[in-house]
Amino acid sequence: MADTHSVIGTKNKKGQTFTDTWKMMNEAPRTPSFYTGSEVIKEALRRASCDVMIAYPITPQSEAAALIGELFAEGYIGDYFRGESEFAVMSQCAGAAFGGARVFTTTAGPGTMRAMENFPMWSGARLPIQMIVTCRGINSPLSIQPDTLEISYLLNTGMLVWHAETAQDFFDWILKGYMVSEEPDVHLPLALCCDGFFVTHTKDVVNLTPADMCLPPYDPYRSPVPCMDMECPPVRMMRDPFIMKSNYISYATHASWQQEVWAAVERSRKHTIKWINGLIETENIDAEVLIVASGTAVSQGREAIRLLEDEGIRCGLVKIKVLRPWPGEEIREATKNAKHIIVPEFNVTGWLAKEIKATIPNSERVNAGPRVCGGMTMPPEIIVSEIKALLGMRTMSLAGRGS
Amino acid sequence: MGIYLPNPGEAHINGVIVPEEKAYEEAAKQFLMAKVPTLFPGPLVLWAWNEQAAKKATAIRHLYNTLKECVQPGQTPMLIPMPDYRPKYPKINPEVEINPNHPNLTIWHNKIDCCMFIGVHCHQANLSLKIIRGGTSCYTIAMCAQAGHEDAMLSFRDASVEKIMKLTEWVRKLKGTVQPRLTSAKSGASN
Repeated sequence: MADTHSVIGTKNKKGQTFTDTWKMMNEAPRTPSFYTGSEVIKEALRRASCDVMIAYPITPQSEAAALIGELFAEGYIGDYFRGESEFAVMSQCAGAAFGGARVFTTTAGPGTMRAMENFPMWSGARLPIQMIVTCRGINSPLSIQPDTLEISYLLNTGMLVWHAETAQDFFDWILKGYMVSEEPDVHLPLALCCDGFFVTHTKDVVNLTPADMCLPPYDPYRSPVPCMDMECPPVRMMRDPFIMKSNYISYATHASWQQEVWAAVERSRKHTIKWINGLIETENIDAEVLIVASGTAVSQGREAIRLLEDEGIRCGLVKIKVLRPWPGEEIREATKNAKHIIVPEFNVTGWLAKEIKATIPNSERVNAGPRVCGGMTMPPEIIVSEIKALLGMRTMSLAGRGS
Repeated sequence: MGIYLPNPGEAHINGVIVPEEKAYEEAAKQFLMAKVPTLFPGPLVLWAWNEQAAKKATAIRHLYNTLKECVQPGQTPMLIPMPDYRPKYPKINPEVEINPNHPNLTIWHNKIDCCMFIGVHCHQANLSLKIIRGGTSCYTIAMCAQAGHEDAMLSFRDASVEKIMKLTEWVRKLKGTVQPRLTSAKSGASN
């Protein structure tokens, strides 16, 4: 059994020093490195003291999964294999986590959808698996291009859901994510999402922690549920009669169980705020116009704000980092003075705008767009155009809009 | 749902974060007021997984014996184990055990009006505490080895042998100073 605290300062088989995570992430020197998002996932995993990684190839996460295979070959990962499908992968991840391992996986688009049945099961079984979701189209006809629609399906699974904007977010949040999701009062899976290709396949400067430092190992004995062993098999637990009964006691148990999962999501707020410095980030929220976004739509929003400033229009920004637990109170506070709230999104339905509308008073302030989907890029100019139109200003005609 | 759990050195009483010392006093008072103060030890202390578990079990037995010494006639302390977490069908024997999937049955049967969970895995304790809170008027205390329980009316965190012994000392200290609810306890544990 690994005792998290007793191993601090000792070395693992690769010569890395198990380091207090707070010191490693906040005090250790950082080295600027020029990496793709996929390479950043690999570098984070190198430092994550991960026991098991399982994945199935699907664009755009395949490169990250393959790179983690190299880590396994080098001896940084305890076990690594390809499942038979995404459904199999997520089931195998559950098995590894039931057994007390720190587990990591990656998926994307249709893979996420195919494996969907497993995610509420992970939450219900209180398995702190970390899953990278490199979002892509899920529709038919087949699309491998960036699109964040799949995130909306994860929001009610009982998983923690974070949405990274940059590769730097990705690096830090993979490591910090384990610290949040492994807390005994949380102990839930984390879906760490990014916009495929935009983050995974572009290079950026990322400040890395020292490669000779790694997270303390997962301590399964801090779990809120027993590890699987022959005395307490969770499958037997699930197949036992209370799920089959149609009576009040059965319903009460199920209700209590579901409430507990969502209470654990709520309890993660305290730890998430500590580790990633709040569920949202804000800039100039006293402005009348605010862009509220998550993922790479935040980056496009930043550029739009710069273009607007050139024209003398002041616009603020709310970056939503965490989608579950939902930062409702923070968003209400950040948007209380805004007259116009612009929500750019990379999906066709505008799920983020719907969430925001359901959160704030006077929701007619929310402009659910601009939205692009199917792999379309979102030039900052269309955000600028949308804002200027809302302000009653003349705006340029955009190709294909007929205006 | 909806409260922040205490930090190390703190506890909560009805969702309000308090210094741990205050919680010892309140927990001891609740035990001494109850008609059927009951300890529910779970698998983490029922089996000698390690030396610490065995020591905790001894401390819990000491707390139970102290309760028996300190209550007044008409009060009936109980020690009822939660040996495992699987639902018990067709019927649990509520006189000898409690189960997280239908803990209210044990509370009702024994007319328990104050209980303390200890050595129960957090998820299972929270399941139980929610059901007890929803279906009974039993006062719930959690002596949690991890971060505490918002669904208990009073919760300690980072449970240790020392903390169990400290609670025992408080029970002994308050002996004879707390008026038991003997007249109202008859319906205290009902739904």
